[in-house]
Amino acid sequence: MNDMRIAERTVGTNAAKISARGVQVYYGETHALKDVDVDILDRTVTAFIGPSGCGKSTFLRCLNRMNDTVAIARVEGTILLDGQDIYDKRIDPVQLRAKVGMVFQKPNPFPKSIYDNVAYGPKIHGLTRNKGELDEIVESSLRKAALWNEVKGRLNDPGTGLSGGQQQRLCIARAVATSPEVLLMDEPCSALDPIATAQVEELIDELRENYAVVIVTHSMQQAARVSQRTAFFHLGNLVEYGETGQIFTNPKDTRTESYITGRIG
Amino acid sequence: MFPQAADWVRSMTTFAFALLFLASVAGYLLNLRAARQLQGSGARLHSLAGFHGGFSFLVVLVPGFIVLILWLLLQGAVINALVLRSLPPGTTDGLDPGAVQLIVAEIRQIAGGRIFGTPEQWKIDAAARLTALRDTSATLMVVVVGVMSAVLLILSRMRVSPDFRARQGTEAIVNGLMIFCSTVAIFTTIGIIASLVVETWRFFGMVPWYDFLFGLRWEPQMPIRADQIAAVGAFGWVPVFVGTLVITVVAMTVAVPVGLFSAIYLNEFASPRFRAVAKPLLEILAGVPTVVYGFFAVLVIAPALRDFGVWSGLPIASNTALAAGSVTGVMLIPFISSFADDTLSAVPRALRDGALALGATRGETVITVLFPAAIPGIVGGILLAVSRAIGETMIVVMAAGLIAKLTINPLDSVTTVTVQIVTLLIGDTAFDSPKTLAAFALGLMLFVVTLGINVLALRIVRKYREIYD
Ligand SMILES: Nc1ncnc2c1ncn2[C@@H]1O[C@H](COP(=O)(O)OP(=O)(O)O)[C@@H](O)[C@H]1O
Ligand SMILES: [Mg+2]
Repeated sequence: MNDMRIAERTVGTNAAKISARGVQVYYGETHALKDVDVDILDRTVTAFIGPSGCGKSTFLRCLNRMNDTVAIARVEGTILLDGQDIYDKRIDPVQLRAKVGMVFQKPNPFPKSIYDNVAYGPKIHGLTRNKGELDEIVESSLRKAALWNEVKGRLNDPGTGLSGGQQQRLCIARAVATSPEVLLMDEPCSALDPIATAQVEELIDELRENYAVVIVTHSMQQAARVSQRTAFFHLGNLVEYGETGQIFTNPKDTRTESYITGRIG
Repeated sequence: MFPQAADWVRSMTTFAFALLFLASVAGYLLNLRAARQLQGSGARLHSLAGFHGGFSFLVVLVPGFIVLILWLLLQGAVINALVLRSLPPGTTDGLDPGAVQLIVAEIRQIAGGRIFGTPEQWKIDAAARLTALRDTSATLMVVVVGVMSAVLLILSRMRVSPDFRARQGTEAIVNGLMIFCSTVAIFTTIGIIASLVVETWRFFGMVPWYDFLFGLRWEPQMPIRADQIAAVGAFGWVPVFVGTLVITVVAMTVAVPVGLFSAIYLNEFASPRFRAVAKPLLEILAGVPTVVYGFFAVLVIAPALRDFGVWSGLPIASNTALAAGSVTGVMLIPFISSFADDTLSAVPRALRDGALALGATRGETVITVLFPAAIPGIVGGILLAVSRAIGETMIVVMAAGLIAKLTINPLDSVTTVTVQIVTLLIGDTAFDSPKTLAAFALGLMLFVVTLGINVLALRIVRKYREIYD
C-alpha cells in the first residue's frame, strides 16, 4: 500500500461553509491561537496537521464553541457558518452544536445502550415524533457509520462493551444522528488499531458526500489519504492552507516543508 | 519516704527508654561506620551502608521496646501478687476477691503517701514492701534493657559483611511491624464483636430473643430491690428501632436533596469563584462537633417547632423526631455533598464533552449522562450516610425523646437505639441485670444493621469505581 497516495481531489462545489477571520484564542495568559484565517469548504474533507500543542484542537473547538466550556478560554475574531457569525449573541451554542457535530480523540460512548447512544441527540433536540422515526434515524446513522451490520442484533447492549474501533464508529453514528452540516473530528483514529483506522478513514470519505468534514490528525499519511484540503499549524499560527496535493508535494512555506519531511515535529 | 520511691520509679522508667533509644542510635552509627569502612576497603556491599545502620537500629529498638512495654504492663500484677503472699498468714482467708482487691488498693494508697486514718501496722509494712518491690522492679528493668541492648548491638554489629542482606533484613522487620499493627486493628474488632455477642447471649438468657426481636413494648425499668413496686420490664426493640428509622428518614429527606443539589451545582454550574468559597464552607459544616448540632436542635429547632404547633394548633411534641432528624440531616449534608461531588468529578470529562458537543445543555448533560454514570457512587454515599444517621448518638441524645413509642409520625416524640443504649448505661447499673445487658443487645443489633448497610454501600461503590478505571 502506498501510504502517501493522494486521494482524488474532486472537490465538489467549492462554496465556503465556514469562514474564520482573525481568530485569536487565549487560555488565561497563553496566546494559543494567533490570527487564523480559514475558509472551510462544503462537502470536502479538510485536514489540520501540525506538531502537538500547535493549536489544532483549539481551533477545531472554536468551530462548535466547545471552548465556551473551558472557563479560562477567550475567543476573538469572527467565524461565519453559512454567513452567520456563530459567536453572535443571538446564536445559541446548544443549537450550533447540533449543526456542527464533533467526534473526539478517545471514543466516549455514554454508559447507555447502543441504541440510546445514537438516539441521544435526536431525543434532546426533539427531531422525531414517534418511536418509528427514531428507530429509522438510529438505523440510518449506524449504517452511515458502517456499524449497522455488526450491532443490529444487539442494539440494547451497552455501547461501552464494543471494541475501540466500534466505539469510535458508534460515536460517529451518534454525531451523524443529529443531521449536522459540519462534522469535526479530533484525531479520531489515534486510539484505534490499523484495521479500525482504515474503516474509519473509508467512512470519512463517504461522509464527505453530505457534510463538510474537518479532521485533526497527527498522521500526515492519514491527511494525505483522506483530505482534499490541508491546513498546517505551527506554534499557534496557521502557516499554510491549500489543496492537499500541493501542500504535500509543493509546500510554499519552509516550515511546512520541514514538518512534512520530518524535520520538525 | 514513700513519694521519693515513686520518683525513683519514674526516673528509672525514663532512663530505660532513653537508654534503649541511645543504644538503637548507637547501633545505627556503629553498623553504618562498619559498612562504610568495608566499602572504603574496596568491598562491594550487597546493601547500602544506610540499610546496615537501619537494620541494627531496628534490631536493638524493637525487642527492647516490646520488653519495656510488657514489663510496665505486667509488673503491677506481679508485684501485687508478691505483696499479697507476703501478708501475715491468714489475713485474706475467707475473703471474696472484691475484698482482697480493696486491701490491695488500700496498700497502694498508703504506698502512694495518701494515708487515711490509722491503718493497721501490717498494712504499713506491706506498703513498704510494695515500694521496695517497685524500686527493685524499676532497677531490674533498666538492667535487663541495658543487657539486652548490648547483646543485640554486638550481634547485629557482627553481621556486617559484604554479603549480608541488610536491605531485606530491614524490610522484613518493618514488614513484621506493619503486620502487627494491622492485626491489632483486627483483633480489637474481633474482641469488641465477641464481647457484644457474649453479653447479648447472656441477655437472651434472661429475656427470650423473640420477645426482644418482635416485642412491641420497650420499658426497660427493672425493680432494683426485690420489694420495689415497678412495672416488669419489657424489652421489645421494635419501637426503638422504628424510632431510629423515623429519625433516619427525616434526616435523609433533608440531607439527600440538599446534598445532591449542592454537589451538582458546585460541580457543574458554579463559577470557580463561588466554588472556591462554598466548598470550604461545606467542609466547615462537616467539622462542626455533633454536640453543637445538638444545641442547635434543642435550643433553636425544637422551640420553633413547638411555637409553630401552638400557633397552628397541630399536636407537636416537645422532643419531635422532626427536630432531631432534620438537624441530623443538616449534619449529613456535607457528607453526601462531598461524596456526590467526588463521584461526579470522577465521571470522565470526555462524557461531559460528548454530551455537550451533541448540543445538550448543561442541565441535560447532568441529568442524562453524568447522573446515570455517577448514580452507583451516589447511592453508595447515601447508604453510608444512612448508616451514620442510624448510629448518630449525640444529636438524638440531646434532642430526641426517651419514651419508646411505636409511631411513624415525625411530629411525635420517638427514641432511638443509641439514645436507649446511653440511658441504659447511665446511672446505677449492675452488670448482671437485663437492663444493662439490653444495651449490649441493642448495640449488637445496631452493629449488624450498620455493618450490613456499609458492606452493601462499599460493594456498590467498588463496582462503580471499576467502570472508569
Ligand atoms: N484547557 C486548556 N487550558 C489551558 N491551556 C490549554 C488548554 N487546552 C489547550 N491549551 C494550550 O493551548 C495550546 C494548544 O493546544 P491544542 O489546541 O490542544 O494543541 P493540539 O491539538 O494542536 O495538540 C497548548 O499550548 C496547550 O497547552
Ligand atoms: Mg489536540
